[in-house]
Amino acid sequence: MHSLPQIWNALPGFVQSLAFILAVTIVLILSVAYLTLLERKIIGWMQLRRGPNRVRLFGIPNTEYIGQPFADVVKLLLKEIVIPARANGVLFRIAPALALIPAFATWAVIPVAPGFAIANVDAGLLYVLSLTSVGVYGVILAGWASNSKYAFLGAMRSAAQIVAYEIAMGFALVGVLMAAGSLNLGVIVEHQRGMVAAWNWFWLFPLFVVYFISGVAETNRAPFDVAEGESEIVAGFHVEYSGMAFALFFLAEYANMILIAALTAIFFFGGWLSPFDGYIAAGSALRELPVLGLLIGDGTHWLLVKMLFFLIVFLWLRATFPRYRYDQIMRLGWKVLIPVTIVWIAVEGVLCWFRIGPWRA
Amino acid sequence: MFVEILFYAFAAVLLVSGLTVITSRNPVYSALSLVLCFVTSAALWLLIEAEFLAIVLVLVYVGAVMVLFLFVVMMLNVNVERVRSGFTRHVWLGVLVTLLVIGEIVGVVVARQLGVDPTRGGVPLAPGYSNTTELGVALFTRFAYPIELAAMLLLVAIVAAIALTMRKRRGLRVQDISAQVAVRASERIRIVKMDAERPQ
Repeated sequence: MHSLPQIWNALPGFVQSLAFILAVTIVLILSVAYLTLLERKIIGWMQLRRGPNRVRLFGIPNTEYIGQPFADVVKLLLKEIVIPARANGVLFRIAPALALIPAFATWAVIPVAPGFAIANVDAGLLYVLSLTSVGVYGVILAGWASNSKYAFLGAMRSAAQIVAYEIAMGFALVGVLMAAGSLNLGVIVEHQRGMVAAWNWFWLFPLFVVYFISGVAETNRAPFDVAEGESEIVAGFHVEYSGMAFALFFLAEYANMILIAALTAIFFFGGWLSPFDGYIAAGSALRELPVLGLLIGDGTHWLLVKMLFFLIVFLWLRATFPRYRYDQIMRLGWKVLIPVTIVWIAVEGVLCWFRIGPWRA
Repeated sequence: MFVEILFYAFAAVLLVSGLTVITSRNPVYSALSLVLCFVTSAALWLLIEAEFLAIVLVLVYVGAVMVLFLFVVMMLNVNVERVRSGFTRHVWLGVLVTLLVIGEIVGVVVARQLGVDPTRGGVPLAPGYSNTTELGVALFTRFAYPIELAAMLLLVAIVAAIALTMRKRRGLRVQDISAQVAVRASERIRIVKMDAERPQ
């Protein structure tokens, strides 16, 4: 009788990779489902409402609202997908997939646990940037293929907005890679080891702020959701989509939110590093405790905690701010965020040169 | 063997999408085929272990340039028939370029068979070799000044492009952003205290 780890190690490499991909995808889809619930609940609480409170899980008492995401999925699956008469059928069907695929594919290089990512790529940071920029095709094609004015307006807004914020995002990441001296996401996390103040957010605070703001803009979330803009252009680029096709756009948006939260945690908040790192010594008795020791140490749970925090910030922003005016979005992107990043990269260069701060280079 | 199958598969996709760029009647399809071209070229570059270049190709061309291309093509509503009208007049140029490219490819193949190796004996690199690191080192040491020059040239091009297209039109009503930002609530709203209409 073989033990489970032995059976696992005997499997060929591609089967192991497939298992990892499957695991990450399933966890991601479930997280998206419950993120929609979390959003409705949190915004409900912020607005002194109850939010969804009807669907129990298999009728088990005291599980009100836990079953809500599954009810939503069943509802969307059962709805008819209407394709407008003069729409471009092929592109109309491809667009939701094009929006969804990059949001999931980026997870290949995300270091989810100490020393582990599905693909440990040296140019990981560039891979992340290139895939997040490919995500805009889904939105543009959906807007164009729908053959509808509102959808087209939404697509055009989204294209200009994403191109603008991509630059600020890239510049913010230049600072991160200067600090770590590597494009490998695992190395970037490892480099932040030390204590909470050794994480990148402390020395790269302006870049962190710029990155998170551009992340919100890239995911087309409030207050940058002019691509949807339901008070101006109905529902923007997905106005003609119904049923599961609409749900795919929804899925892509929330998967992108989770991705941006994970990337912010990795680039600026030490990813899976424990915040107790510099305070409780490696050989201390606290670390030897059965459960608490594991919790104090590094691990995926810390990444999840940090991601949850940023996801709640996403929802908090949506509940708090009114939508930006379109010209103000452009002004913020080009005239505020990009200059801030350029200045801070210069400051960081000077700090690097005089060896102030925890720089690798 | 597996790599060769992948190569021919990607090459086939590349050729077909390259053809559809010039044959399709809808300019949006042309632009999308060009996107597919870039992505498959990136895949081909990945096969020869140039992962940095492959990712940068996707990042720059697919992520930025082609988005703007699509943006313009969708906005302009190009009349394909008018664009195609000069086909017979300019066909000689196309034929010339095609012949030139075919000549170059044949030249490379013939040179290989004559025993001339243009890579001067390329050997597969060790597994730990990082394309990205090597490129970074080369760009920031040996080619530091050419890179700076290229960057300056691009900056000049950007400034020139903006300067050439920026026109100040008369009578244009523009928002004064700094005035908008400087507004205080007290300038816009007046809070009036008044008694209740009905006794509470």
